[in-house]
Amino acid sequence: MTAEHPATAAVALPETQAPSDAYVPSARRLERERIRRARTRRATTVATVSTVVTGTVLVLAVLASPGWPRTRETFFSAHYAREALPKVLDGLLLNLRLLVICGAAVLALGLLLAIARTLRGPVFFPLRALATAYTDFFRGLPLVICLLLVVFGVPALRLQGVTTDPVLLGGTALVLTYSAYVSEVFRAGIESVHPSQWAAARSLGLTHRQALRHVVLPQAVRRVVPPLLNDLVSLQKDTGLVSIAGAVDAVYAAQILAGKSFNYTPYVVAGIVFVALTIPLTRFADWTTARMDRRRTQGGIA
Amino acid sequence: MSTTDAPQAVLRLESVRKTFGTSVVLRDVDLEVAPHTVTALIGSSGSGKSTLLRCANLLEEIDDGAVFLDGEEITDPRVDPDTVRRRIGVVFQAYNLFPHMTVLENITLAPRRVHGVPRDEAEDRARELLERLGLGDRAGAYPDRLSGGQQQRVAIARALAVRPRLLLLDEITAALDPELVGEVLGLVRELKEEGMTMVLATHEMGFARDVADQVCFLDGGVVLERGTPAEVFGAPRQERTRRFLSRLVEAGRL
Ligand SMILES: Nc1ncnc2c1ncn2[C@@H]1O[C@H](COP(=O)(O)OP(=O)(O)OP(=O)(O)O)[C@@H](O)[C@H]1O
Ligand SMILES: [Mg+2]
Repeated sequence: MTAEHPATAAVALPETQAPSDAYVPSARRLERERIRRARTRRATTVATVSTVVTGTVLVLAVLASPGWPRTRETFFSAHYAREALPKVLDGLLLNLRLLVICGAAVLALGLLLAIARTLRGPVFFPLRALATAYTDFFRGLPLVICLLLVVFGVPALRLQGVTTDPVLLGGTALVLTYSAYVSEVFRAGIESVHPSQWAAARSLGLTHRQALRHVVLPQAVRRVVPPLLNDLVSLQKDTGLVSIAGAVDAVYAAQILAGKSFNYTPYVVAGIVFVALTIPLTRFADWTTARMDRRRTQGGIA
Repeated sequence: MSTTDAPQAVLRLESVRKTFGTSVVLRDVDLEVAPHTVTALIGSSGSGKSTLLRCANLLEEIDDGAVFLDGEEITDPRVDPDTVRRRIGVVFQAYNLFPHMTVLENITLAPRRVHGVPRDEAEDRARELLERLGLGDRAGAYPDRLSGGQQQRVAIARALAVRPRLLLLDEITAALDPELVGEVLGLVRELKEEGMTMVLATHEMGFARDVADQVCFLDGGVVLERGTPAEVFGAPRQERTRRFLSRLVEAGRL
Protein backbone atom coordinates (compact mmCIF):
# COMPACT_ATOMS: atom_id res chain seq x y z
CA MET A 1 0.00 0.00 0.00
CA THR A 2 2.49 2.55 -1.16
CA ALA A 3 2.32 5.32 -3.69
CA GLU A 4 0.67 3.36 -6.52
CA HIS A 5 -2.70 4.69 -5.52
CA PRO A 6 -2.66 8.40 -4.90
CA ALA A 7 -5.72 8.06 -2.71
CA THR A 8 -4.00 5.54 -0.46
CA ALA A 9 -0.77 7.45 -0.19
CA ALA A 10 -2.52 10.43 1.28
CA VAL A 11 -4.54 8.46 3.79
CA ALA A 12 -2.32 5.58 4.92
CA LEU A 13 -0.46 5.78 8.18
CA PRO A 14 3.30 5.80 7.67
CA GLU A 15 3.88 3.44 10.58
CA THR A 16 1.72 0.73 9.02
CA GLN A 17 3.86 0.37 5.92
CA ALA A 18 6.33 -2.09 7.37
CA PRO A 19 5.83 -4.90 9.87
CA SER A 20 8.17 -3.01 12.16
CA ASP A 21 5.10 -1.83 14.05
CA ALA A 22 5.21 -2.82 17.68
CA TYR A 23 3.65 -6.20 17.08
CA VAL A 24 3.87 -9.01 19.58
CA PRO A 25 2.33 -12.38 18.65
CA SER A 26 -0.67 -13.12 20.85
CA ALA A 27 -1.07 -16.22 22.97
CA ARG A 28 -3.67 -17.34 20.48
CA ARG A 29 -1.17 -17.30 17.64
CA LEU A 30 1.44 -19.18 19.64
CA GLU A 31 -1.10 -21.84 20.59
CA ARG A 32 -2.16 -22.16 16.96
CA GLU A 33 1.42 -22.60 15.83
CA ARG A 34 1.96 -25.20 18.53
CA ILE A 35 -1.03 -27.21 17.22
CA ARG A 36 0.27 -26.97 13.66
CA ARG A 37 3.72 -28.11 14.67
CA ALA A 38 2.32 -31.03 16.63
CA ARG A 39 0.23 -32.04 13.65
CA THR A 40 3.22 -31.89 11.30
CA ARG A 41 5.24 -34.02 13.72
CA ARG A 42 2.47 -36.59 13.91
CA ALA A 43 2.11 -36.75 10.13
CA THR A 44 5.87 -37.12 9.67
CA THR A 45 6.02 -39.93 12.22
CA VAL A 46 3.17 -41.82 10.57
CA ALA A 47 4.77 -41.43 7.13
CA THR A 48 8.19 -42.57 8.34
CA VAL A 49 6.86 -45.62 10.17
CA SER A 50 4.69 -46.74 7.27
CA THR A 51 7.56 -46.28 4.79
CA VAL A 52 9.96 -48.31 6.89
CA VAL A 53 7.40 -51.08 7.42
CA THR A 54 6.49 -51.30 3.73
CA GLY A 55 10.13 -51.28 2.69
CA THR A 56 11.09 -54.02 5.13
CA VAL A 57 8.19 -56.23 4.05
CA LEU A 58 9.12 -55.84 0.38
CA VAL A 59 12.80 -56.61 0.92
CA LEU A 60 12.00 -59.64 3.06
CA ALA A 61 9.51 -60.95 0.49
CA VAL A 62 12.09 -60.73 -2.30
CA LEU A 63 14.94 -62.21 -0.27
CA ALA A 64 12.76 -65.09 0.94
CA SER A 65 11.56 -66.07 -2.54
CA PRO A 66 12.87 -69.48 -3.71
CA GLY A 67 14.47 -68.15 -6.91
CA TRP A 68 16.33 -65.30 -5.25
CA PRO A 69 19.88 -66.78 -5.19
CA ARG A 70 19.76 -67.55 -8.92
CA THR A 71 18.13 -64.26 -9.78
CA ARG A 72 20.76 -62.39 -7.84
CA GLU A 73 23.49 -64.17 -9.78
CA THR A 74 21.97 -63.48 -13.20
CA PHE A 75 20.68 -59.93 -12.72
CA PHE A 76 22.59 -58.43 -9.82
CA SER A 77 26.08 -59.82 -10.13
CA ALA A 78 28.62 -57.38 -8.69
CA HIS A 79 31.36 -58.77 -10.93
CA TYR A 80 29.49 -58.22 -14.18
CA ALA A 81 28.19 -54.88 -12.98
CA ARG A 82 31.72 -53.61 -12.42
CA GLU A 83 32.70 -54.83 -15.86
CA ALA A 84 29.64 -53.33 -17.58
CA LEU A 85 29.52 -49.91 -15.95
CA PRO A 86 32.38 -48.20 -17.88
CA LYS A 87 31.17 -49.52 -21.23
CA VAL A 88 27.57 -48.54 -20.52
CA LEU A 89 28.68 -45.07 -19.43
CA ASP A 90 30.72 -44.75 -22.61
CA GLY A 91 27.64 -45.58 -24.62
CA LEU A 92 25.58 -43.20 -22.52
CA LEU A 93 27.69 -40.32 -23.78
CA LEU A 94 26.20 -40.90 -27.20
CA ASN A 95 22.66 -40.95 -25.72
CA LEU A 96 23.36 -37.70 -23.92
CA ARG A 97 24.75 -35.98 -27.01
CA LEU A 98 21.75 -37.10 -29.02
CA LEU A 99 19.40 -35.95 -26.24
CA VAL A 100 20.88 -32.46 -25.99
CA ILE A 101 21.16 -31.79 -29.71
CA CYS A 102 17.92 -33.47 -30.77
CA GLY A 103 16.10 -32.00 -27.74
CA ALA A 104 17.06 -28.46 -28.73
CA ALA A 105 16.15 -29.09 -32.36
CA VAL A 106 12.84 -30.69 -31.37
CA LEU A 107 11.83 -27.78 -29.13
CA ALA A 108 12.71 -25.19 -31.76
CA LEU A 109 11.06 -27.00 -34.66
CA GLY A 110 8.03 -27.94 -32.56
CA LEU A 111 7.48 -24.35 -31.50
CA LEU A 112 7.78 -23.07 -35.07
CA LEU A 113 5.28 -25.66 -36.28
CA ALA A 114 2.86 -24.75 -33.51
CA ILE A 115 3.13 -21.05 -34.28
CA ALA A 116 2.65 -21.73 -37.99
CA ARG A 117 -0.59 -23.47 -37.14
CA THR A 118 -1.92 -20.54 -35.11
CA LEU A 119 -1.45 -17.99 -37.92
CA ARG A 120 -4.77 -16.67 -39.18
CA GLY A 121 -5.73 -15.29 -42.56
CA PRO A 122 -5.67 -16.63 -46.11
CA VAL A 123 -2.07 -15.45 -46.77
CA PHE A 124 -0.80 -18.04 -44.37
CA PHE A 125 -2.91 -20.89 -45.66
CA PRO A 126 -0.04 -22.78 -47.37
CA LEU A 127 2.17 -22.51 -44.30
CA ARG A 128 -0.66 -23.62 -42.03
CA ALA A 129 -1.55 -26.54 -44.29
CA LEU A 130 2.06 -27.63 -44.56
CA ALA A 131 2.55 -27.58 -40.80
CA THR A 132 -0.67 -29.52 -40.30
CA ALA A 133 0.29 -32.14 -42.88
CA TYR A 134 3.73 -32.50 -41.32
CA THR A 135 2.42 -33.08 -37.81
CA ASP A 136 -0.31 -35.41 -39.00
CA PHE A 137 2.18 -37.52 -40.93
CA PHE A 138 5.06 -37.77 -38.47
CA ARG A 139 2.86 -38.16 -35.43
CA GLY A 140 1.20 -41.14 -37.02
CA LEU A 141 4.34 -42.78 -38.44
CA PRO A 142 5.83 -45.29 -35.97
CA LEU A 143 9.25 -44.11 -34.83
CA VAL A 144 10.94 -47.38 -35.77
CA ILE A 145 9.67 -47.17 -39.34
CA CYS A 146 10.71 -43.53 -39.58
CA LEU A 147 14.19 -44.51 -38.34
CA LEU A 148 14.54 -47.41 -40.76
CA LEU A 149 13.41 -45.30 -43.70
CA VAL A 150 15.78 -42.45 -42.91
CA VAL A 151 18.77 -44.54 -41.84
CA PHE A 152 18.67 -47.02 -44.73
CA GLY A 153 16.59 -45.13 -47.29
CA VAL A 154 18.55 -41.88 -47.45
CA PRO A 155 21.99 -43.46 -48.06
CA ALA A 156 20.41 -45.70 -50.70
CA LEU A 157 19.60 -42.61 -52.72
CA ARG A 158 23.35 -41.97 -53.05
CA LEU A 159 22.80 -38.21 -52.95
CA GLN A 160 25.86 -36.02 -53.29
CA GLY A 161 26.84 -34.26 -50.07
CA VAL A 162 24.27 -36.00 -47.90
CA THR A 163 25.68 -37.75 -44.90
CA THR A 164 25.61 -41.49 -44.37
CA ASP A 165 26.59 -41.23 -40.71
CA PRO A 166 24.14 -43.44 -38.82
CA VAL A 167 24.13 -41.22 -35.76
CA LEU A 168 23.26 -38.09 -37.75
CA LEU A 169 20.58 -39.89 -39.73
CA GLY A 170 19.16 -41.51 -36.60
CA GLY A 171 19.09 -38.13 -34.89
CA THR A 172 17.27 -36.63 -37.85
CA ALA A 173 14.60 -39.31 -37.65
CA LEU A 174 14.16 -38.64 -33.93
CA VAL A 175 13.76 -34.91 -34.58
CA LEU A 176 11.21 -35.53 -37.35
CA THR A 177 8.97 -37.62 -35.12
CA TYR A 178 9.40 -35.79 -31.85
CA SER A 179 8.96 -32.30 -33.27
CA ALA A 180 5.55 -33.41 -34.46
CA TYR A 181 4.61 -34.52 -30.94
CA VAL A 182 6.03 -31.45 -29.31
CA SER A 183 4.35 -29.06 -31.72
CA GLU A 184 1.01 -30.48 -30.63
CA VAL A 185 1.92 -29.90 -27.00
CA PHE A 186 2.85 -26.29 -27.75
CA ARG A 187 -0.29 -25.77 -29.79
CA ALA A 188 -2.47 -27.07 -26.94
CA GLY A 189 -0.68 -24.66 -24.61
CA ILE A 190 -1.22 -21.69 -26.90
CA GLU A 191 -4.87 -22.50 -27.33
CA SER A 192 -5.38 -22.93 -23.60
CA VAL A 193 -4.54 -19.29 -22.99
CA HIS A 194 -7.78 -17.46 -22.47
CA PRO A 195 -8.89 -15.34 -25.46
CA SER A 196 -9.28 -12.35 -23.16
CA GLN A 197 -5.49 -12.35 -22.93
CA TRP A 198 -5.21 -11.90 -26.68
CA ALA A 199 -7.85 -9.20 -26.55
CA ALA A 200 -6.13 -7.38 -23.73
CA ALA A 201 -2.75 -7.55 -25.47
CA ARG A 202 -4.06 -6.45 -28.86
CA SER A 203 -6.06 -3.65 -27.31
CA LEU A 204 -2.80 -2.29 -25.91
CA GLY A 205 -1.55 -1.99 -29.46
CA LEU A 206 0.68 -5.06 -29.51
CA THR A 207 0.92 -6.78 -32.89
CA HIS A 208 -0.05 -10.44 -33.28
CA ARG A 209 3.63 -11.29 -33.06
CA GLN A 210 4.25 -9.20 -29.95
CA ALA A 211 1.13 -10.52 -28.26
CA LEU A 212 2.28 -14.05 -28.99
CA ARG A 213 5.82 -13.37 -27.85
CA HIS A 214 5.14 -11.38 -24.69
CA VAL A 215 1.71 -12.41 -23.48
CA VAL A 216 0.53 -15.71 -24.89
CA LEU A 217 3.68 -17.82 -25.27
CA PRO A 218 5.00 -17.18 -21.75
CA GLN A 219 1.72 -18.39 -20.29
CA ALA A 220 1.43 -21.27 -22.74
CA VAL A 221 4.98 -22.52 -22.21
CA ARG A 222 4.61 -22.46 -18.45
CA ARG A 223 1.53 -24.61 -18.70
CA VAL A 224 3.12 -27.21 -20.97
CA VAL A 225 6.40 -27.67 -19.11
CA PRO A 226 5.30 -30.97 -17.53
CA PRO A 227 4.12 -32.62 -20.77
CA LEU A 228 7.19 -31.28 -22.60
CA LEU A 229 9.42 -32.84 -20.01
CA ASN A 230 7.55 -36.07 -20.47
CA ASP A 231 8.37 -35.98 -24.17
CA LEU A 232 12.02 -35.16 -23.44
CA VAL A 233 12.35 -38.14 -21.11
CA SER A 234 10.71 -40.29 -23.72
CA LEU A 235 13.16 -38.91 -26.30
CA GLN A 236 16.04 -39.70 -24.00
CA LYS A 237 15.00 -43.34 -23.91
CA ASP A 238 14.31 -43.50 -27.63
CA THR A 239 17.82 -42.27 -28.40
CA GLY A 240 18.66 -45.93 -27.78
CA LEU A 241 16.91 -46.81 -31.03
CA VAL A 242 19.76 -45.38 -33.12
CA SER A 243 21.53 -48.63 -32.33
CA ILE A 244 19.38 -50.03 -35.12
CA ALA A 245 21.77 -48.25 -37.47
CA GLY A 246 24.77 -49.74 -35.70
CA ALA A 247 25.74 -46.89 -33.35
CA VAL A 248 26.87 -48.09 -29.92
CA ASP A 249 24.84 -46.40 -27.20
CA ALA A 250 24.29 -47.47 -23.60
CA VAL A 251 21.63 -50.06 -24.38
CA TYR A 252 23.59 -51.56 -27.27
CA ALA A 253 26.73 -51.69 -25.14
CA ALA A 254 24.81 -53.62 -22.48
CA GLN A 255 23.37 -55.92 -25.13
CA ILE A 256 26.85 -56.76 -26.46
CA LEU A 257 28.09 -57.62 -22.97
CA ALA A 258 25.01 -59.64 -22.08
CA GLY A 259 25.33 -61.59 -25.31
CA LYS A 260 28.91 -62.51 -24.49
CA SER A 261 28.41 -63.64 -20.91
CA PHE A 262 24.77 -64.78 -20.81
CA ASN A 263 24.40 -62.63 -17.72
CA TYR A 264 21.71 -59.93 -17.61
CA THR A 265 23.40 -57.62 -15.13
CA PRO A 266 24.52 -55.14 -17.85
CA TYR A 267 20.85 -54.49 -18.70
CA VAL A 268 20.10 -53.72 -15.07
CA VAL A 269 23.08 -51.37 -14.96
CA ALA A 270 21.93 -49.57 -18.12
CA GLY A 271 18.40 -49.33 -16.72
CA ILE A 272 19.57 -47.81 -13.45
CA VAL A 273 21.75 -45.32 -15.30
CA PHE A 274 18.78 -44.15 -17.39
CA VAL A 275 16.56 -43.78 -14.35
CA ALA A 276 19.30 -41.88 -12.53
CA LEU A 277 19.45 -39.51 -15.47
CA THR A 278 15.71 -38.79 -15.53
CA ILE A 279 15.23 -38.01 -11.85
CA PRO A 280 17.33 -34.82 -11.76
CA LEU A 281 15.64 -33.66 -14.96
CA THR A 282 12.20 -34.07 -13.40
CA ARG A 283 13.20 -32.36 -10.16
CA PHE A 284 14.69 -29.49 -12.13
CA ALA A 285 11.45 -28.99 -14.04
CA ASP A 286 9.41 -29.11 -10.82
CA TRP A 287 11.71 -26.56 -9.29
CA THR A 288 11.47 -24.13 -12.21
CA THR A 289 7.68 -24.37 -12.35
CA ALA A 290 7.39 -23.80 -8.61
CA ARG A 291 9.69 -20.81 -8.85
CA MET A 292 7.67 -19.29 -11.68
CA ASP A 293 4.45 -19.79 -9.70
CA ARG A 294 5.91 -18.23 -6.60
CA ARG A 295 7.05 -15.19 -8.49
CA ARG A 296 3.60 -14.76 -9.93
CA THR A 297 1.58 -15.06 -6.73
CA GLN A 298 3.92 -12.77 -4.88
CA GLY A 299 2.88 -10.01 -7.25
CA GLY A 300 -0.56 -9.75 -5.62
CA ILE A 301 -4.04 -10.74 -6.69
CA ALA A 302 -7.22 -9.13 -7.93
CA MET B 1 -30.56 -19.68 16.69
CA SER B 2 -31.92 -19.04 20.15
CA THR B 3 -33.78 -15.84 20.80
CA THR B 4 -31.70 -14.07 23.37
CA ASP B 5 -31.73 -10.31 23.75
CA ALA B 6 -28.49 -9.79 21.86
CA PRO B 7 -28.44 -12.34 19.06
CA GLN B 8 -25.08 -13.96 18.48
CA ALA B 9 -23.06 -12.41 15.69
CA VAL B 10 -22.93 -14.41 12.47
CA LEU B 11 -19.42 -13.26 11.75
CA ARG B 12 -16.97 -11.86 14.25
CA LEU B 13 -13.36 -10.85 13.69
CA GLU B 14 -11.15 -10.39 16.70
CA SER B 15 -7.81 -8.57 16.41
CA VAL B 16 -7.20 -10.01 12.98
CA ARG B 17 -3.74 -9.43 11.56
CA LYS B 18 -2.73 -10.28 8.01
CA THR B 19 0.57 -9.54 6.32
CA PHE B 20 1.94 -10.26 2.87
CA GLY B 21 5.69 -10.49 3.16
CA THR B 22 6.69 -7.19 4.69
CA SER B 23 3.45 -5.30 4.13
CA VAL B 24 0.91 -5.32 6.94
CA VAL B 25 -2.48 -5.22 5.25
CA LEU B 26 -4.70 -5.84 8.28
CA ARG B 27 -3.08 -4.75 11.53
CA ASP B 28 -5.73 -5.21 14.16
CA VAL B 29 -9.22 -5.61 12.76
CA ASP B 30 -12.30 -6.10 14.90
CA LEU B 31 -15.67 -6.55 13.28
CA GLU B 32 -19.04 -7.86 14.30
CA VAL B 33 -21.84 -8.71 11.90
CA ALA B 34 -25.27 -9.31 13.42
CA PRO B 35 -27.74 -11.73 11.79
CA HIS B 36 -29.89 -10.40 8.96
CA THR B 37 -27.85 -7.25 8.56
CA VAL B 38 -25.72 -5.76 5.84
CA THR B 39 -22.26 -4.50 6.64
CA ALA B 40 -20.50 -2.28 4.12
CA LEU B 41 -16.72 -2.07 4.09
CA ILE B 42 -15.43 1.17 2.65
CA GLY B 43 -11.94 2.54 2.31
CA SER B 44 -9.47 3.54 -0.34
CA SER B 45 -8.17 1.14 -2.92
CA GLY B 46 -5.62 -1.18 -1.35
CA SER B 47 -6.91 -0.66 2.17
CA GLY B 48 -7.55 -4.39 2.52
CA LYS B 49 -11.29 -4.82 1.92
CA SER B 50 -10.87 -7.78 -0.40
CA THR B 51 -8.22 -9.24 1.89
CA LEU B 52 -10.59 -9.03 4.84
CA LEU B 53 -13.30 -10.89 2.93
CA ARG B 54 -10.82 -13.54 1.83
CA CYS B 55 -9.69 -14.01 5.43
CA ALA B 56 -13.29 -14.40 6.57
CA ASN B 57 -13.70 -17.17 4.02
CA LEU B 58 -10.36 -18.79 4.99
CA LEU B 59 -8.98 -18.27 1.51
CA GLU B 60 -6.13 -16.47 3.22
CA GLU B 61 -4.55 -17.72 6.40
CA ILE B 62 -4.48 -14.96 9.00
CA ASP B 63 -1.34 -14.24 10.99
CA ASP B 64 -3.01 -13.54 14.27
CA GLY B 65 -6.39 -12.98 15.85
CA ALA B 66 -9.46 -15.08 15.24
CA VAL B 67 -12.54 -15.31 13.04
CA PHE B 68 -15.79 -16.70 14.41
CA LEU B 69 -18.73 -17.96 12.37
CA ASP B 70 -21.90 -18.35 14.42
CA GLY B 71 -19.76 -18.32 17.54
CA GLU B 72 -17.44 -21.09 16.38
CA GLU B 73 -13.81 -20.22 15.86
CA ILE B 74 -13.11 -21.11 12.24
CA THR B 75 -9.46 -20.07 12.26
CA ASP B 76 -8.65 -22.91 14.62
CA PRO B 77 -6.25 -25.13 12.67
CA ARG B 78 -8.32 -28.17 13.66
CA VAL B 79 -11.40 -26.87 11.85
CA ASP B 80 -11.93 -28.22 8.35
CA PRO B 81 -12.00 -25.16 6.07
CA ASP B 82 -14.19 -26.92 3.51
CA THR B 83 -17.09 -27.33 5.88
CA VAL B 84 -16.76 -23.68 6.87
CA ARG B 85 -16.76 -22.48 3.26
CA ARG B 86 -19.91 -24.46 2.57
CA ARG B 87 -21.73 -22.06 4.86
CA ILE B 88 -20.35 -18.93 3.23
CA GLY B 89 -21.14 -17.65 -0.25
CA VAL B 90 -18.66 -15.38 -2.00
CA VAL B 91 -18.90 -13.14 -5.03
CA PHE B 92 -15.41 -12.13 -6.11
CA GLN B 93 -14.35 -8.77 -7.42
CA ALA B 94 -13.23 -10.44 -10.67
CA TYR B 95 -16.26 -12.84 -10.78
CA ASN B 96 -14.02 -15.90 -11.29
CA LEU B 97 -16.65 -17.77 -13.28
CA PHE B 98 -15.45 -21.06 -14.73
CA PRO B 99 -14.92 -20.33 -18.42
CA HIS B 100 -15.35 -23.96 -19.47
CA MET B 101 -18.85 -24.32 -18.02
CA THR B 102 -22.17 -22.87 -19.05
CA VAL B 103 -23.98 -20.46 -16.78
CA LEU B 104 -26.21 -23.25 -15.54
CA GLU B 105 -23.26 -25.55 -14.87
CA ASN B 106 -21.45 -22.77 -13.03
CA ILE B 107 -24.41 -22.33 -10.73
CA THR B 108 -25.23 -25.98 -10.16
CA LEU B 109 -21.66 -27.18 -9.65
CA ALA B 110 -21.48 -26.64 -5.88
CA PRO B 111 -25.06 -27.72 -5.06
CA ARG B 112 -24.59 -30.95 -6.98
CA ARG B 113 -21.00 -31.86 -6.17
CA VAL B 114 -20.64 -30.43 -2.68
CA HIS B 115 -24.14 -30.56 -1.25
CA GLY B 116 -25.40 -33.60 -3.12
CA VAL B 117 -28.51 -31.91 -4.50
CA PRO B 118 -30.06 -33.96 -7.34
CA ARG B 119 -29.50 -32.48 -10.77
CA ASP B 120 -33.14 -31.57 -11.50
CA GLU B 121 -33.57 -29.84 -8.20
CA ALA B 122 -30.30 -27.93 -8.55
CA GLU B 123 -31.20 -26.84 -12.06
CA ASP B 124 -34.67 -25.71 -11.02
CA ARG B 125 -33.22 -23.61 -8.28
CA ALA B 126 -30.58 -22.20 -10.66
CA ARG B 127 -33.20 -21.25 -13.25
CA GLU B 128 -35.30 -19.62 -10.58
CA LEU B 129 -32.31 -17.54 -9.47
CA LEU B 130 -31.43 -16.62 -13.04
CA GLU B 131 -35.02 -15.61 -13.70
CA ARG B 132 -34.95 -13.39 -10.69
CA LEU B 133 -31.69 -11.78 -11.80
CA GLY B 134 -33.08 -11.17 -15.27
CA LEU B 135 -30.92 -13.79 -16.94
CA GLY B 136 -33.55 -16.43 -17.59
CA ASP B 137 -32.55 -16.81 -21.22
CA ARG B 138 -28.80 -17.16 -20.60
CA ALA B 139 -28.71 -20.49 -18.78
CA GLY B 140 -26.94 -22.25 -21.65
CA ALA B 141 -24.44 -19.52 -22.47
CA TYR B 142 -20.75 -19.62 -21.62
CA PRO B 143 -19.43 -16.81 -19.38
CA ASP B 144 -17.27 -15.36 -22.19
CA ARG B 145 -20.42 -14.59 -24.13
CA LEU B 146 -21.90 -12.49 -21.35
CA SER B 147 -21.41 -8.83 -20.60
CA GLY B 148 -19.56 -7.81 -17.45
CA GLY B 149 -22.78 -7.01 -15.63
CA GLN B 150 -24.33 -10.31 -16.66
CA GLN B 151 -21.28 -12.21 -15.46
CA GLN B 152 -21.56 -10.31 -12.21
CA ARG B 153 -25.12 -11.46 -11.72
CA VAL B 154 -24.26 -15.06 -12.62
CA ALA B 155 -21.58 -14.92 -9.92
CA ILE B 156 -24.20 -13.75 -7.45
CA ALA B 157 -26.53 -16.55 -8.49
CA ARG B 158 -23.71 -19.05 -8.10
CA ALA B 159 -23.05 -17.86 -4.54
CA LEU B 160 -26.73 -17.94 -3.64
CA ALA B 161 -27.38 -21.39 -5.07
CA VAL B 162 -26.09 -23.14 -1.95
CA ARG B 163 -28.26 -21.06 0.40
CA PRO B 164 -25.32 -19.79 2.42
CA ARG B 165 -25.52 -18.57 6.00
CA LEU B 166 -23.36 -15.58 5.15
CA LEU B 167 -22.73 -13.83 1.86
CA LEU B 168 -19.50 -11.97 1.13
CA LEU B 169 -19.74 -9.59 -1.79
CA ASP B 170 -16.63 -7.93 -3.17
CA GLU B 171 -17.30 -4.83 -5.24
CA ILE B 172 -20.34 -6.34 -6.89
CA THR B 173 -21.49 -3.14 -8.51
CA ALA B 174 -18.15 -2.27 -10.10
CA ALA B 175 -19.11 -3.48 -13.57
CA LEU B 176 -22.70 -2.31 -13.59
CA ASP B 177 -24.50 0.66 -15.10
CA PRO B 178 -26.53 2.83 -12.73
CA GLU B 179 -29.75 1.04 -13.64
CA LEU B 180 -28.27 -2.35 -12.85
CA VAL B 181 -26.74 -0.98 -9.66
CA GLY B 182 -30.28 -0.14 -8.62
CA GLU B 183 -31.36 -3.66 -9.49
CA VAL B 184 -28.58 -5.30 -7.51
CA LEU B 185 -29.32 -2.96 -4.65
CA GLY B 186 -32.90 -4.14 -4.71
CA LEU B 187 -31.69 -7.71 -4.75
CA VAL B 188 -29.43 -7.20 -1.75
CA ARG B 189 -32.33 -5.60 0.11
CA GLU B 190 -34.63 -8.48 -0.80
CA LEU B 191 -32.04 -10.98 0.39
CA LYS B 192 -31.75 -9.12 3.64
CA GLU B 193 -35.50 -9.23 4.14
CA GLU B 194 -35.35 -12.97 3.57
CA GLY B 195 -32.89 -13.13 6.44
CA MET B 196 -29.55 -13.23 4.67
CA THR B 197 -26.50 -11.77 6.37
CA MET B 198 -24.10 -9.96 4.12
CA VAL B 199 -20.75 -8.22 4.15
CA LEU B 200 -19.91 -6.17 1.12
CA ALA B 201 -16.87 -4.22 0.06
CA THR B 202 -17.74 -1.26 -2.09
CA HIS B 203 -16.57 2.02 -3.55
CA GLU B 204 -20.19 2.96 -4.27
CA MET B 205 -21.03 5.17 -1.30
CA GLY B 206 -24.62 5.65 -2.40
CA PHE B 207 -25.00 1.91 -2.42
CA ALA B 208 -23.48 1.60 1.03
CA ARG B 209 -25.67 4.35 2.39
CA ASP B 210 -28.86 2.89 0.96
CA VAL B 211 -28.46 -0.72 1.86
CA ALA B 212 -26.11 -1.05 4.84
CA ASP B 213 -27.01 -1.28 8.51
CA GLN B 214 -23.41 -0.82 9.47
CA VAL B 215 -20.61 0.97 7.64
CA CYS B 216 -16.98 0.26 8.47
CA PHE B 217 -14.20 2.52 7.25
CA LEU B 218 -11.01 0.54 6.80
CA ASP B 219 -7.79 2.48 6.99
CA GLY B 220 -4.21 1.79 7.99
CA GLY B 221 -4.99 -1.84 8.74
CA VAL B 222 -7.75 -1.15 11.28
CA VAL B 223 -11.45 -0.38 11.25
CA LEU B 224 -11.01 3.31 11.89
CA GLU B 225 -14.66 4.18 12.10
CA ARG B 226 -17.87 2.23 12.32
CA GLY B 227 -21.50 3.12 12.69
CA THR B 228 -24.77 3.47 10.86
CA PRO B 229 -24.55 5.08 7.42
CA ALA B 230 -25.99 8.25 8.92
CA GLU B 231 -23.25 8.37 11.54
CA VAL B 232 -20.33 7.58 9.26
CA PHE B 233 -21.42 9.65 6.28
CA GLY B 234 -23.21 12.38 8.23
CA ALA B 235 -20.97 12.96 11.21
CA PRO B 236 -17.63 11.19 10.91
CA ARG B 237 -15.64 11.37 14.12
CA GLN B 238 -12.21 10.71 12.67
CA GLU B 239 -10.22 13.28 10.75
CA ARG B 240 -9.11 10.64 8.23
CA THR B 241 -12.68 9.54 7.52
CA ARG B 242 -13.64 13.14 6.88
CA ARG B 243 -10.79 13.52 4.43
CA PHE B 244 -11.70 10.32 2.61
CA LEU B 245 -15.33 11.39 2.33
CA SER B 246 -14.55 14.94 1.28
CA ARG B 247 -12.36 13.64 -1.52
CA LEU B 248 -15.28 11.52 -2.67
CA VAL B 249 -17.52 14.56 -2.59
CA GLU B 250 -15.01 16.48 -4.69
CA ALA B 251 -14.97 13.63 -7.18
CA GLY B 252 -18.75 13.80 -7.25
CA ARG B 253 -19.15 10.29 -5.97
CA LEU B 254 -21.09 11.03 -2.85
N1 LIG C 1 -1.56 -12.29 -2.53
C1 LIG C 1 -1.04 -11.09 -2.21
N2 LIG C 1 0.29 -10.94 -2.12
C2 LIG C 1 0.84 -9.75 -1.78
N3 LIG C 1 0.14 -8.65 -1.52
C3 LIG C 1 -1.20 -8.71 -1.60
C4 LIG C 1 -1.86 -9.93 -1.94
N4 LIG C 1 -3.19 -9.71 -1.94
C5 LIG C 1 -3.34 -8.40 -1.61
N5 LIG C 1 -2.16 -7.81 -1.39
C6 LIG C 1 -1.94 -6.40 -0.99
O1 LIG C 1 -2.81 -6.11 0.07
C7 LIG C 1 -3.30 -4.80 -0.02
C8 LIG C 1 -4.81 -4.81 0.10
O2 LIG C 1 -5.36 -5.43 -1.03
P1 LIG C 1 -6.92 -5.61 -1.20
O3 LIG C 1 -7.14 -6.33 -2.49
O4 LIG C 1 -7.48 -6.24 0.02
O5 LIG C 1 -7.41 -4.11 -1.31
P2 LIG C 1 -8.89 -3.57 -1.53
O6 LIG C 1 -9.22 -2.72 -0.36
O7 LIG C 1 -9.81 -4.67 -1.86
O8 LIG C 1 -8.68 -2.64 -2.78
P3 LIG C 1 -9.70 -2.35 -4.00
O9 LIG C 1 -10.65 -1.34 -3.49
O10 LIG C 1 -8.81 -1.76 -5.04
O11 LIG C 1 -10.32 -3.63 -4.40
C9 LIG C 1 -2.78 -4.24 -1.33
O12 LIG C 1 -1.71 -3.37 -1.04
C10 LIG C 1 -2.30 -5.44 -2.10
O13 LIG C 1 -1.17 -5.12 -2.86
MG1 LIG D 1 -10.78 -5.27 -3.55
